Amino acid sequence: MNMILPYELLEIFQYQFMQHAFEAGTIVAIVAGIVGYFVVLRRSSFAAHALSHIGFAGAAGAVLFGVSPVFGLLLFTGAGGAGIAILGPKAANRDVQIGTVLAVMLGIGVLFISLYTGYATEAYSILFGEILGISLSDVLLTLAVAAVILVAIAFVYRPLLFASLDEDVAEAKGMPILGIGIIFMLLVAVATSIAVQVVGVLLIFALMVTPAAIAQRVTKKPSRGIIVSVAVALFATWLGLIISFYEPYPVSFFITSIVFILYLLVRFAYPRIRPTKTAQIQPDMH
Amino acid sequence: MVSIQTEKKENYADSTLIITAENVVAGYEDRIIWRDANFVVGRGQFVAVIGPNGAGKTTLFRLLLGLQHPISGNLTIFSNRPTRGNPKIGYVPQKHGIDEETNVECLELVRLAISGKQWGFNRSRGNDRKIALETLQAVGAADLAHRPLSDLSGGELQRIFLAEALVSNPDVLLLDEPLSSLDLRRSRELVQLINGIVRSRGVTAFLVAHDINPLLPFLDNVIYLANGKVATGTPEEVLTSECLSILYGVHVEVIKDSKGNVAIIGSGTEKDSDFVFGNRCVSCNEDEKK
Repeated sequence: MNMILPYELLEIFQYQFMQHAFEAGTIVAIVAGIVGYFVVLRRSSFAAHALSHIGFAGAAGAVLFGVSPVFGLLLFTGAGGAGIAILGPKAANRDVQIGTVLAVMLGIGVLFISLYTGYATEAYSILFGEILGISLSDVLLTLAVAAVILVAIAFVYRPLLFASLDEDVAEAKGMPILGIGIIFMLLVAVATSIAVQVVGVLLIFALMVTPAAIAQRVTKKPSRGIIVSVAVALFATWLGLIISFYEPYPVSFFITSIVFILYLLVRFAYPRIRPTKTAQIQPDMH
Repeated sequence: MVSIQTEKKENYADSTLIITAENVVAGYEDRIIWRDANFVVGRGQFVAVIGPNGAGKTTLFRLLLGLQHPISGNLTIFSNRPTRGNPKIGYVPQKHGIDEETNVECLELVRLAISGKQWGFNRSRGNDRKIALETLQAVGAADLAHRPLSDLSGGELQRIFLAEALVSNPDVLLLDEPLSSLDLRRSRELVQLINGIVRSRGVTAFLVAHDINPLLPFLDNVIYLANGKVATGTPEEVLTSECLSILYGVHVEVIKDSKGNVAIIGSGTEKDSDFVFGNRCVSCNEDEKK
């Protein structure tokens, strides 16, 4: 790759498809970073994983019936998310329920794909994302959906945080655990549906789980954690898009690689530079 | 029916009576866990809930929290039937979702115990923080405020959970096996801390435990659950060979050492059914028997 000078970066934005990619990518990174923080805190990454695959079935169905994949995604992930939350009311130990719902939905997805007689590129773009092919209407829909998610999170923020940390106490305090669980899964479902455009069904973890996992390693305050999670998702998305403009490889590959490298750095290099426990305790001992 | 009841309802003025149970039967539609519970508990009492695994100790808490309802009988708390979400009850469950991956600072958890129920924006953040810090101070955990939950030892975590339960200034504390993962010294420290809270704030505390000995010097009452039955009274009344023999339905011997620690030794009719209660617990041996 040749050196890219800063002013040359502006060249990227002369292309409308790159503008749309940046707009959608930015919105999705913010939403995925926030929702992802709760996914990691609640140990619900398998649920998020399952929802993205359930979304695949929905998107395949939408393509089959000739409507935009995002509607199929929203319908299937929403139904799947609510189903998982109702079948396994407690966040922990619901792997079996998730697996059950996941299997049947994937089966339906396979059926839809086999019934669809068009080009395989549709399925390919659902699986791996197609951010460079995003239209203005897609961007506007993404923006509208993201606004709904952000308002919903502002509303449920503290009950969701508390129920995620200490579900039994929250239940005893009379908080609606099942309702919070359903709202959370719906938020994941909707976030997944819009994130699929950027990284695809198979790679959704790159935006939904890894940035949040990084954030939870570097900060112990939830509010800061969410900010770090969003920052990592944004950084990876932007950098991935810039590189992909100059290199003929998929954006998804660059985004997933960037977050993975950051994760490795935080996992293995960060503990060495972070203030140690003993250093924190010592002042009290004197 | 096993019921050692010296403390009658009439002994209490209405204002000091916190919990009454009359012929309470607990369990699920298809299975009764225990029956014929009769007891009264007053303000500022320290009560141990003792018994083998599966005897229904947590069930008693679920009834008091309004998460489950008695099959029959009358259970009241603050003169009313228990309802879910009573702010006068502080609860420390046996299991928490917190583990070595939960990199969230302690202060945050205690603050959420105040504001976690609130939807939308929080308008009293500064005040919450102050109350949370004061409560951490009260349980001797002020220095843990900014440490992540994932870093804490078992004893430190129990202090944080105690602060989480105390922060709403409850009248009743329900503590489900807070001592289970602690060594003897830490157990003693935590029990002394809880006792201090009971005496200084007039809180009524129920503590589920396997080993009653660390608690004995501080207890007002014991609720002993075993064999589908409930014995209640002062430790002196309940921890006797007669009472526990009736409760277990087999001959049980209660032995005291010079420091007042009790060991409960039972001999049933079956071979290998001897069990010791004290440093080892009844439940361990009961489990082996099955």
